[in-house]
Amino acid sequence: MANDPIHQFQIKELAGPVNIGGFEISFTNSALFMAIAVATVTGILLAAAARGAPVPGRLQSLGEVWYEFIHNMVKNVLGPEGKPFFPLVFSLFSFVLAANMLGMFPYFFTVTSHVVVTASLAVFVVALVVAVGISRHGLGWFKLFVPSGVPMVILPFISVIEIISFLSRPVSLGLRLFGNMLAGHIVLKVFAGFVVSLGALGFGGIIGSVAPLGMAVALTALEFLVAFLQAFVFAILTCVYLNDALHTHH
Amino acid sequence: MSQTTIVVAETTAPAASTQATTAGTAAADETGHTTESTAAEGGHKGAFPPMDATTFPSQIFWLVIFFTLLYLLMSRLALPKMAAVLEKRHKAIESDLSRASALKHETEAAIQHYEKSLADARANAQGIAAETRSKIAAEIEAERSALEKTLSAKLAEAEARISATKARAMQDVHEVAAETAAEIVSALTGAPVSKDQAARAIAGLKG
Repeated sequence: MANDPIHQFQIKELAGPVNIGGFEISFTNSALFMAIAVATVTGILLAAAARGAPVPGRLQSLGEVWYEFIHNMVKNVLGPEGKPFFPLVFSLFSFVLAANMLGMFPYFFTVTSHVVVTASLAVFVVALVVAVGISRHGLGWFKLFVPSGVPMVILPFISVIEIISFLSRPVSLGLRLFGNMLAGHIVLKVFAGFVVSLGALGFGGIIGSVAPLGMAVALTALEFLVAFLQAFVFAILTCVYLNDALHTHH
Repeated sequence: MSQTTIVVAETTAPAASTQATTAGTAAADETGHTTESTAAEGGHKGAFPPMDATTFPSQIFWLVIFFTLLYLLMSRLALPKMAAVLEKRHKAIESDLSRASALKHETEAAIQHYEKSLADARANAQGIAAETRSKIAAEIEAERSALEKTLSAKLAEAEARISATKARAMQDVHEVAAETAAEIVSALTGAPVSKDQAARAIAGLKG
């Protein structure tokens, strides 16, 4: 089990089988870590904002940097019209970041290493983009797929390409996060497994296990970077896609 | 939001689940004897977990619940609080800055006031000095003229006295000369000559 890199992704039921309308919706370790992520994010932010000191302490600085990071991102990409979407982008970023970071703890489950979670978030984002686009621009929003100034002859091809590129957004958005988290954790586990396997071989093995141990340490650092970076990428792509819906200037 | 995601999952679920279960049973046969605890972990079939569609409804269900919860907590509670903290700091800094600039203006006004009074005082002092100087000069002038007047009066008096004395001396000289002349004449001729005759004769000689 210790050497099985896939084991860490297993979904385990924590509270008996619950079945509603033919769907199995038991409370699992995945759900537990979603709850922990929500609690962590909310807890840190509320604690950071609790004192409201004029000169922030460490925790308050963290909360403020976190807040302003996303606030500036939304402001820079979406402009003043993006204000209503700030809580959503912030929630997406925080949820993904907390899930990714919690996954870095040994024996913790990584919510975002499951494609259904990342794909659901991605589909939600793109569905929101379509909904906002249509509510802002009516059916004229679909002109997004018909760029102006393109000769009539190649317009159908361009439109098809535009539609495909639009439809591939949720796929790339969801798979990028899923793939990064899954692959990172597998590689980490594989190298950590080498250390254990080699260490079991005796003295020579212990010497030999130094290399994969160093690799595991380096990969852990890299995974922390990836955990933050993927949350950032998810948030900024959400902003970029929302920008298409808010300001259609094709 | 929740409806669209669930519908997507529903359409993909049957195909994926059949694939997962067939692959799972095959994998379970292989891995079953190599690891000791796999069977103990809730009897999992050993399919690649992220592709196990049987867990999809549960994950989506709880994702919707917890993400909605997070969104509500963020938008209603945490973010407004954080915004209030930042706004408070922003306002505090702004009021401090405006107070600082007000104080600066006050300082500048005070400096200007000080410089003005300094210039006034200097002008005042110069005025007083000039006044005093002219007063003293006038006094000196008055004293000098008074002194000159008395001096010239004394001078005139002295001159008058000198000329009077001189006149009297001259008179005496004439008398002495007439007397002397009369006596000389009488001594030489023996004829008595009066002083008046001698004086007339001298006056006739002079004339």
